Amino acid sequence: MGSGDALGAHLAHMLASGMNGMRTAGDLVMRMQMTRGMRLKEAKAYVADRLGASVRDLSDGVVMQDVRSEFGIGRLTELENECVGEATAMEAKFNIAELLDLPINCVNRFRDRVPSLAGERGTKEGAS
Amino acid sequence: MGTSTKLMTRMGDGTAVQMTREELRADIEDGVAAAVKRAKVPPLDDDEAAHLLEIFAAQERMTGVEAGDEVVLSCDGSTSMRASRLDSLTDAEDLGSDLCELQQPDYSYKAVKTVVPSEQRLMQEAQYRLTIPVQYGAQADLGRYSKPDGPCPNWSQLLPEGRIDEARAAQEEAAAESEEDMVRIGEALWEAGADGMNFDTTGAAGDADFLAVLKAVRRLREACPDMSIELGMASEFVLGMHGELEWDGARLAGAWPVEQLRLAELAGATIFGPAVNMNTGRTVAWNVARALAIIKPCMDVAEIPVHPNVGMGVCGVPMHPFPPIDAVSRVSRAFVEILRVDGL
Repeated sequence: MGSGDALGAHLAHMLASGMNGMRTAGDLVMRMQMTRGMRLKEAKAYVADRLGASVRDLSDGVVMQDVRSEFGIGRLTELENECVGEATAMEAKFNIAELLDLPINCVNRFRDRVPSLAGERGTKEGAS
Repeated sequence: MGTSTKLMTRMGDGTAVQMTREELRADIEDGVAAAVKRAKVPPLDDDEAAHLLEIFAAQERMTGVEAGDEVVLSCDGSTSMRASRLDSLTDAEDLGSDLCELQQPDYSYKAVKTVVPSEQRLMQEAQYRLTIPVQYGAQADLGRYSKPDGPCPNWSQLLPEGRIDEARAAQEEAAAESEEDMVRIGEALWEAGADGMNFDTTGAAGDADFLAVLKAVRRLREACPDMSIELGMASEFVLGMHGELEWDGARLAGAWPVEQLRLAELAGATIFGPAVNMNTGRTVAWNVARALAIIKPCMDVAEIPVHPNVGMGVCGVPMHPFPPIDAVSRVSRAFVEILRVDGL
């Protein structure tokens, strides 16, 4: 995006048109664009299908907090203080890889570093 | 509202000005016409121009897209000068960024290559802390490879002296060095767990700069098939500092966004970020109309997501360190609702 002023342009864009990351399902839609090169409509439909949610729900922070908790795919840290046991970063990404059937680089490398996890792959296509 | 009622809008430098609705309409038509003339693109249709007028004529402090139409934001430059870089990334996650980017304040791959091991360590740490994707970003910054900063003859000195062949050879030498650096850094950050690489401000030094990035992207795509690769441009068309460089049979000098997109796709990029220059002497509405018309052809043919650059000083966002919220939110809404972009 090239925000220039990270807290000026960036925040205005987030409020005007942004999905808003982990507050909703923005990070999941972004992962489908980044790794699969999916355009927005296709990426939203894919994520909605995987979550059993509607496309509209993907941008609804109230709905998505429950959905994220149910799938163990991470919620914002402020909430984790109130919800001990919620998945945090690496746990959440293991679950995201499984849920989206998507190779996540750091997850695969983490597996390789832990002998008891090596050989397991969270995606059908295997590691990169 | 009478036709003579003055509406508050903004100039491209961010200054507030008063205009009538008819003056705004004329400005939008003129911006579109400027794009048609310069970039040889079709104009926006009547409905699109009317929609843009409604967005800019509305006087709310802030505007936004309809609920359900939200897009993802590929937020580069996520780290701050006032906090640790890792803390900056977690702040970006808390704010609601869809991805964040680890970067050096000196946003140049040539500078990064001297500190790669520490960047790898930070990337690994960031991956352990964050759930949202973390990419690494910088720019090719080809000028840094010329003397006195770099090893290659300085083509900006050779060109005014008429030493064209030497200037071209110097750019080719610099592009080869830059390509090698970007590939090595990309592979190193991938080894550290990065979700992707961002080649930002591509083409800033002209066609040799663009060529170096295209070649690096292709090599990284072959080496790391699952790597996200964002290719963001520096300006609306590629300057012909060399003039004779080609990629896949296409001349790079003078390439406009739709051709830049095709080349980025061929190289293996997964996200393309077109940029359109600002004219600070015209209104934001004029600049946005022009930018929409120039980028619109990309939206019909893209096979990968298109995220127009809407940071400070490009695609209609005012050239000011603190772009006004009223202007930025209008740019944001216009790109999403009129072009149906895949992200920003």
